[in-house]
Amino acid sequence: MKTIFPIHRNLSQQLGFGLLTAMTLATVLPIIAVIAYIIVQGAPAISPEFLTRVPNNGMRNGGIMPAIVGTLYLTFGTAIFSVPLGVAAAIYLSEYAADTWLTRIIRIAIINLAGIPSVVYGLFGLGLFVLFLQFGTSILAASLTLSIMTLPVIISTSEEALRAVPQSFRTVSISLGATRWQTIRRIVLPEALPGIITGVILGLERAAGETAPILFTGAAFFLPRLPGSPFDATMALPYHLFVISTQIPEMPFQIQYGTALVLIAFVLGMNLIATVIRSRARARRQW
Amino acid sequence: MNKIVIENLTLQYTDGTESLRNINLGICEKAITVLFGPAGGGKSSLLRCLNRLNDMADVKFASGRILLDGIDILSPKTDVITLRRKVGMVFARPVVLPFSIRGNLTYGLEVMGEKRRSKLDQAVERSLKQAALWDEVKDRLDDQAIALSGGQQQRLCLARSLALEPEVILLDEPTSGLDPISTAKVEASLQELKKNYTVILVPHSVQQAARTADYAAFFLQGELIEYGQGKTLFTTPQDKRTENYVTGRFG
Amino acid sequence: MESQLSWQEFIITRVIKASGYSAIVFVALIFYFLLREGLPTLTEVSAANLFSTRWYPIEEYYGILPLISGSLVVTFGAALVAVPFGLGTAIFISEITPRWAREILKPLVELLGGLPSVVLGFLGILVLSPHLRALLDLPTGLTALTGSLLLGGIAVPTIVSVAEDALDSVPRSYREGAWALGATKWQTIWRVTLPAARSGVLTAVMLGVGRAIGETMTVMMVTGNAPVLATKLSSIFSPVRTMTATIAAEMGEVANGSTHYHTLFFIGMVLFLISLAVNITASAVVFRQQKRAERVLS
Repeated sequence: MKTIFPIHRNLSQQLGFGLLTAMTLATVLPIIAVIAYIIVQGAPAISPEFLTRVPNNGMRNGGIMPAIVGTLYLTFGTAIFSVPLGVAAAIYLSEYAADTWLTRIIRIAIINLAGIPSVVYGLFGLGLFVLFLQFGTSILAASLTLSIMTLPVIISTSEEALRAVPQSFRTVSISLGATRWQTIRRIVLPEALPGIITGVILGLERAAGETAPILFTGAAFFLPRLPGSPFDATMALPYHLFVISTQIPEMPFQIQYGTALVLIAFVLGMNLIATVIRSRARARRQW
Repeated sequence: MNKIVIENLTLQYTDGTESLRNINLGICEKAITVLFGPAGGGKSSLLRCLNRLNDMADVKFASGRILLDGIDILSPKTDVITLRRKVGMVFARPVVLPFSIRGNLTYGLEVMGEKRRSKLDQAVERSLKQAALWDEVKDRLDDQAIALSGGQQQRLCLARSLALEPEVILLDEPTSGLDPISTAKVEASLQELKKNYTVILVPHSVQQAARTADYAAFFLQGELIEYGQGKTLFTTPQDKRTENYVTGRFG
Repeated sequence: MESQLSWQEFIITRVIKASGYSAIVFVALIFYFLLREGLPTLTEVSAANLFSTRWYPIEEYYGILPLISGSLVVTFGAALVAVPFGLGTAIFISEITPRWAREILKPLVELLGGLPSVVLGFLGILVLSPHLRALLDLPTGLTALTGSLLLGGIAVPTIVSVAEDALDSVPRSYREGAWALGATKWQTIWRVTLPAARSGVLTAVMLGVGRAIGETMTVMMVTGNAPVLATKLSSIFSPVRTMTATIAAEMGEVANGSTHYHTLFFIGMVLFLISLAVNITASAVVFRQQKRAERVLS
């Protein structure tokens, strides 16, 4: 009889392994169940109309197109601010920073940014972008808020990708008369790019699914038109799901599940792209 | 004629340990000078001073001067970028950049700003011929450099430095990972190269030192023990420690 | 041509360095704004009120204790769920499964971590809470328990991810040494590998708990939103309200500059300080472990 672990006479080991197996199954199976359930319940709602039409009858009918578009705008807006800043910060930490107390403080700051509750980001965004800078409830304010929230993820994964590039490349480049920036631009950055892109996608995926930071900074429940400028508010998928599942009486279940399905399809789709990029890059690496 | 003159060089690491102590040495131009001795002697550190690669490590120069054609390259005013093009280096393990063969060779010129196709192609052919690699790769210059064998990669690294038309070539145990045939090819290249370049070599064995040296310097624990002509130093060393090392009593 | 390159490089290098410091700038900014809008609370609301057990802003009751207790109860419950399951799964993936299974299980768990919290809250409302209500015969399914279970589910991927990495980076030689001395795999895990990965595992737990404390949408959707102080063990079966849910639920209705507005920012400040404390402790633990390891290995 074959088992995945060798049969030992030691009873406590067998019990222990059995317990751990059970725990893992209890963790993993619900994940599959959850996703499968949403797919099954939500699939009937998915149709071209659902994805391209505007909602009506208090959201109980029609489609969720504005929410989809809004999420795309917000994701794009987050990328514009967080990617350049995050990657630049990662380059600084990996290629320029010395091991001083200042660098250590920067790292602590990044860890802290990563741990701040999303609703506190919402408060901050409200205080700074909406009110103080007077951007109002807008795509701009929401994107900026989401960008700062996404920054730590992008910085950490990008720094890791940069550090993974062998030091010997840098040494050789310098010995041939290149400057530090030339070395980064021609060798280190291109080689680290797949890892950086993976990190960026994972960070943006998280931003796309967040509700609390956009609650007071950019999300609106129903807008008659699509947003025309960054200073307009927008609908967004996570916020839409929140409202239709908690605030609307007699909301058809199918539409709720359909919205949830679209949201997780968006998020998991990005995850899939990131994973594919990561494994293809690993296969092609010359080091 | 001395191409490089090292005066009273003492090198310290940032944690205070000393790597080189009061080195005084002249490197003759257009000849092969060999720096040899047991591990930890400071030979690699000295090499890395010559192209200021030590700037990248936790090193702080304590004192001394290194004169290249009469100019102190340790002074803060030195343009290290130009220095590194003049003084090329080949490392112990062949490190090919993640480009094609051609890309590796033109890298140094491209970072200088050279864009002209003709100049780049000329440099590629010239340097490959000097490294005795041209015939083997001339038909596949656009293949990835990583596909070459170990010996070919190391000769590529040599060609890479030569593409910049340096004046001095530093080699830090360049054949340590190579088979005897590749080693012989590299040593033969050096004999050709010394006609036009100043060559400084850290060998990986005393035998290689004896085979190749026009001049030789013996280093022990950061100090220069003895310096002399290759012909005589290995057969009749003056210092007892040199003799013990050369005859294999320690190492 | 060379001088042009160095002029460009100079600017780029400056920009990169400035970006490096940006994280500090943002943390400071966030702290500043929270303080700016939150501190007035201390002048507008008496300490007796603030630390009372009644949160009812419409009638000027601003007791934050029920909210803190709500957060604590739900987080504690989440930890009870997440820590055993998270660590157990991490140990299983790292020490027991073969290499190929790891490549499937780890991404699968990380998948759960990627699910938006609002989706889990949504499922909590539609699926979990009716079931719990029926199962445990409760007046409502929207309770602290529901929140704890879901939060546990949210915290597990974080714990698994970080702990598994920590366990995986324990050098193979440690395990082999134990096996060579005759220990079984099980004994090796508990006596050698786990202690060796102690700091990473601790970090994993702290990060998971930190994630649970900071979670907003899920708790807002399933914990019933009743700001009642938890006094008995059975409180876990009643509705509660967390600090995060309070901010999210009420911020949309407050007048800018009002006392209620300031109090919500005050709560935000408390949350910020809690997460700061958790993160600094986690870093300090890791740092000290590293120093100890360096001493041992040198």
